Amino acid sequence: MRNVLSLIAAAMLACGPALAEDLADPEEILTARHGYMLMMAMNLAPLGAMAKGEVPYDAVAAGRAASSLAALASVDSSMLWVPGTENGVLDDSSALPEIISNADDRAVKFAALKTASDAMATAAGTDLASLQGAMKGVGEACSGCHKPYRKSE
Amino acid sequence: MRKLLTALLLLAALALGAFWAVTRPRPLAADALAGLVPDAAHGEQVFWAGGCAACHADAEAKGDQKLILAGGQRFASPFGTFVAPNISNDPNAGIGAWSDLDLANAMVRGVSPEGEHYYPVFPYASYAKATLQDIVDLRAYLATLPADPTPSAPHEVGFPFNIRLSLGGWKFLFLDDGWVVTGDLTPAETRGRYLAEALGHCGECHTPRGTLGGMDRGRWFAGGPVPGGKGNFPNITPAKLTWSEADIVEYLTSGFTPDYDSAGGHMALVVENTAHLPAGDRAAIAAYLKKVPPAE
Repeated sequence: MRNVLSLIAAAMLACGPALAEDLADPEEILTARHGYMLMMAMNLAPLGAMAKGEVPYDAVAAGRAASSLAALASVDSSMLWVPGTENGVLDDSSALPEIISNADDRAVKFAALKTASDAMATAAGTDLASLQGAMKGVGEACSGCHKPYRKSE
Repeated sequence: MRKLLTALLLLAALALGAFWAVTRPRPLAADALAGLVPDAAHGEQVFWAGGCAACHADAEAKGDQKLILAGGQRFASPFGTFVAPNISNDPNAGIGAWSDLDLANAMVRGVSPEGEHYYPVFPYASYAKATLQDIVDLRAYLATLPADPTPSAPHEVGFPFNIRLSLGGWKFLFLDDGWVVTGDLTPAETRGRYLAEALGHCGECHTPRGTLGGMDRGRWFAGGPVPGGKGNFPNITPAKLTWSEADIVEYLTSGFTPDYDSAGGHMALVVENTAHLPAGDRAAIAAYLKKVPPAE
C-alpha cells in the first residue's frame, strides 16, 4: 500500500509541471516555436555537414536526418502561430505580425517546406551530389518564410 | 568700377564652369564598345552575379517570375524613397530600346540615355568596376527576357536631392573604380573580388556610408545601420565573419548559416541570385572575403 501511495505521489509530482503549463500562454507558445525551428536545424546539421564536406557522406545517417526533417515539416504547426506571439508583443519573437494574419500564405509556405523536405528525404540516401542539390530546395523553402515574415536584425 | 564688374563676371563664369566641369554627366566615348561581341549565355551569369532581379523583380517572385523586371520595389533612405524602375524588355516602359552603350553608360557611369545622372541607389558605384564585355553580354541576355508594360513609378525624393545635377558632385567625390582589396591575390581571390566588389555590389549594403551617402572604403564590409530603416547590416570582414569558406559557400548556395538558420530579408534575395552562379564563383567569393582587411 505504501508503495502504491509513493507511486501515485511520484506520478503526481511528475505531472505537476506539465499540468501547471498553460498551453495558451504566449511565452510558452514562443518557446515551442523556437524549439520546433531548432529541431529542424538539428536535423539539417548532419545534412549540411556532409554537403560542405566537413564529414564523410553516410547514406544511413543522411537518410535518418532527412526523414526526421520531413516528419517535422508535416507536423500541424498552426497552434504555434497565434496572436500575441509576434514581434512587438514579445521581445524574443522575430515573427512579423503578417505570418500570423496571413494563414493561407503560411500554409502555402509550409506546404513548400514539406515538398522540399520530401525531396531531401529521397535525395539524402541516394548520393552526396543529390543531397547537395536538395539543400538548395530546402534552403529556399526556409527563406520562403524568413524573407517576408521575419524581422531583419 | 567697370574693371571690378568684369572681374566679378569672370569669377562667376569660372565658378559656373567649375561647377559644370564637376557635375556634368560623363558618358563613355561613342566607340567604347567597338569590337566587343555579345554572348547572351554568359550574360545570364552576369545577370545573376549582378543581382539585377533582387531589386528590379518583385521581392516575392519565384522561378521564372524573377525574369520579369517590372520594378516597383521601394527603398527608403535618409534622402527619400527610391522606387526600382522597370528594366524589362518593353521598349517604352522598360529598356527594350536601349543600345549596348546605353546600358554601359548606366552601369559604369550612372548616366541615363538622356544624359541625366542616376541616383546611386542604383549601384553604379560598384558596377563602375565591371568589364564592358560583361555589360555587352548582359545587354544581350536582358534582350531575351519578357517585356512588361508597367510604367516606372517616380522616386519620392525632396529638395535638394531632386536636383540631379548635384549628383555629379556626389560622383566626383565618391565614384572610384579602383579595387579596395589589393595586393597578391590568387586567381580565385581575384575572381571573387570582381564578383564581390563589382557585379555583386556587396559593399552597397555591407560597407558603412558617410553623411553624404558615399561608401567608406576604409571600413570596407564593416557593416553599419540600415539607412532610413531599423537594424544593422552585418560586418562581414574576418573580424566578425568567422565562418569557414565552406560555410560561406553553403550560405551563398542554400541560404543556410552554420547554425542552420536561413537567410532572411534582402539577403534571401541575394542568395536567390548567388544560387544560380557556378559553384566555382561562390567559392571565389568565399576566398575573397577572407582577404578583406578585418575591421571591428
